[in-house]
Amino acid sequence: MSDPGQGADPEKERRKIKSVQKMKEIMTNYYIEAKGAADTGKKVAWITSGGPVEPLIAMDVIPVYPENHGAMIGASKMGVELCEKAEEMGYPRELCSYARSDIGCSITGGGPIGGLPEPDFLICCNNICGTVMKWYEVASRYYDVPLFILDTPFTHREFPPAAKQYVIDQIYEYIEFLERQCGRKMDYDRMQEVGRLSVEGLRLWQAVLDSGAHKPAPMTAFDAFFHLALIVTLRGTQEAVDYYRQLRDEMQERIEQGIGMVPNEKYRLLWDNLPVWYRTKWLSEKFAAHDACLVGDTYTSAWSGVLPYIDENNFLESMSVAYSQVYINVSLDIMIDTLRRMIDKYDVDGLVMHSNRSCKPYSLGQYDLQRMVMEELKIPTLVLEADMVDERSFSESQIETRIDAFMEILKS
Amino acid sequence: MDTLENLRAVAQDPYGYARNIQATESKPILGYFCSYTPEEIITAAGAIPFRLFGTREDISRADAHLQSYCCSLVRGGLEDALTGRLNFLKGAVFPHTCDSIQRLSDIWRLNAGMALHFDAVLPVKLTTESARNYMIAVLNDFRSELEQGLGVTISDEALYKANHTCNRIRELLGHIYAFRSQNPSQLKGSDIYYIMKAAMVMDREVLVEQLAHLWADLREKGGEAPPTDRKRVLLSGGICTLPDIYTLIEDAGGEVVWDDLCTGTRYFEGEVRETGDPVEAIAERYLSRMVCPAKHKGMSVRGEHLSRLVREQQIGGVIFLFLKFCEPHGFDYPYLKACMDRAGVPTLLLEVEEQLPAEGQLRTRFETFIDMLE
Ligand code: SF4
Ligand code: SF4
Ligand code: SF4
Repeated sequence: MSDPGQGADPEKERRKIKSVQKMKEIMTNYYIEAKGAADTGKKVAWITSGGPVEPLIAMDVIPVYPENHGAMIGASKMGVELCEKAEEMGYPRELCSYARSDIGCSITGGGPIGGLPEPDFLICCNNICGTVMKWYEVASRYYDVPLFILDTPFTHREFPPAAKQYVIDQIYEYIEFLERQCGRKMDYDRMQEVGRLSVEGLRLWQAVLDSGAHKPAPMTAFDAFFHLALIVTLRGTQEAVDYYRQLRDEMQERIEQGIGMVPNEKYRLLWDNLPVWYRTKWLSEKFAAHDACLVGDTYTSAWSGVLPYIDENNFLESMSVAYSQVYINVSLDIMIDTLRRMIDKYDVDGLVMHSNRSCKPYSLGQYDLQRMVMEELKIPTLVLEADMVDERSFSESQIETRIDAFMEILKS
Repeated sequence: MDTLENLRAVAQDPYGYARNIQATESKPILGYFCSYTPEEIITAAGAIPFRLFGTREDISRADAHLQSYCCSLVRGGLEDALTGRLNFLKGAVFPHTCDSIQRLSDIWRLNAGMALHFDAVLPVKLTTESARNYMIAVLNDFRSELEQGLGVTISDEALYKANHTCNRIRELLGHIYAFRSQNPSQLKGSDIYYIMKAAMVMDREVLVEQLAHLWADLREKGGEAPPTDRKRVLLSGGICTLPDIYTLIEDAGGEVVWDDLCTGTRYFEGEVRETGDPVEAIAERYLSRMVCPAKHKGMSVRGEHLSRLVREQQIGGVIFLFLKFCEPHGFDYPYLKACMDRAGVPTLLLEVEEQLPAEGQLRTRFETFIDMLE
């Protein structure tokens, strides 16, 4: 923010990402459309962030993401109040804070956008966690709407042929489910086109993230957290493709002009796990004050991370296999491979892990990953204990001390 | 030693029992955490499925691998593995259940240093044909992996036999439960707990004999005892590793006569068909038996099931019992409680941390609760 009263600092202005405005517009319009679905006769489906949204887009269903909503709740610092609502209803405080805050919102109609549009049906893919299945069961009972579960087996050491067959079978069950809900048939040509756009969007998103490998990095993980929304929400649309092309071009320009996001980038760091939504600005400034830049992260790259598994000519079937392989649906051994690649690609000096109380599949095992990174790759690591939405699990003084101490190690 | 006393002794020192087996027999012992572990296949392979309940000792090693926010079963299980208290295990089996167990499997495989490690990634939804096919395939894969790991062949005959043994065990446990429900003064709640615990760790071939004896003994005693005026209580939730609470509830004027626990009725519910393909038969039991909350079988099955149990067993009050940080059970709790509220059945929630709350405090909570019951 520029200091009111004085003119805007031109250096700061230069570093701002211009596409932000466009992004805000798209998201605002998207939520307006979603909230007005009742008037336009379009169906609304709630879907988990890792779920295959493409068939919904092809069927003209408006996808709504409670997790994105959870992120907004967190970012607007309304998490505690809404989580407490759910706790009053008997949901233990130990449950994922996306689920708690969203349940709180369903009941009160509160939150940053006055609650989500009610779903006509629910699509839950458990490739991110078992939590979403329980959460969607709750939603299905509450709104009295049907639930489709796409069950994507976890890969410990391999993804056997039977698992592959199982997820492929389910893609067709999914489409049948949609056809029943919408009262019309899937247009497979349209589906093909949506698949193509999805892949294009994912590639562009990956290109945006790759720009962080440049020194100085034209954007940070904190920017990626913000620009992620479309790849989750509108993947498979032309709009997302156009937007990410614009963003990628902007990143290229910044690289050409030598604009880095952190003024004196000296230390390059990798972030692991979800953002701490209510503290992104604080954390970003905290690291920047140490000339440290979070140049990449495992979270926002999880979507495009499955690109190698997707076959554009057989989008539907390959998609189901690909989405089963997302970063947190695989074992620690496979995760460490990804970490190793990212540490190398972004040429980072350290790893910052958010141990996220809400998210067990992402966080349990981090201590082992941390040890592997330190022993094998010999880079320092920092674990921050917090929660993505529930501020009660964030201790500013403790986190500040830990960051300072970690930066001292890096600097020495 | 009479049978009951023997089972009690096993339950009180399961590790001692296992070490003894290891010293005197060649049967390999495989650890497991969840009631979706196909014990029949393990038994058919000539091994002993040994359920792990975590530890009540202090945690010294597991904290280096697990954050503060995982349940005590996962933490305690890992602790015992890392400290060598589970050295009698040849390996462990992890069926897919909750997010925490899923990660525990990785951490265990990388750190526990056991010879064998199996993941049986069963389906989570149990309602479709494709899930059924997948379940059968996973169980068949598990059968081959087990053959390889233990260097044995698991014949269909061995599977039929194991299916039969396990069916017989379930049937006997069912009889014993029903007996207790009708004659609570003849068999203590804590004894039911010990019987169940022993059943999940003992050599199944030996167990089936012992249960048959026990059942014969009980039948002889018969229902001569006068009915007690204790209030009939049902426990609902995840695992129960706490014998003390049965006694505390009894002291407070209640009587645990039934449960919906995976270390209780969910363990012995349902039967494996003894004809046709033996692996398919195992899968079918999993698909038809009452679900645990980490699996999906429709929106209302658990609530309906609990309501039915309450009616059938003439339950006066329900105590929900699950481990702190347990997501599957935590999410179901408000819904199950609402079902009980609608039926006018009082409930009490006990979220268990590593240790039970102080005895005095628990006693007061139970007394207040039981006083409320009709
Ligand atoms: S934060 Fe973790 S537990 Fe919560 S919905 Fe997302 S993946 Fe699941
Ligand atoms: S509650 Fe479910 S996941 Fe937990 S041990 Fe029982 S059956 Fe397994
Ligand atoms: S108690 Fe709950 S969290 Fe712990 S292992 Fe069982 S299902 Fe998972």
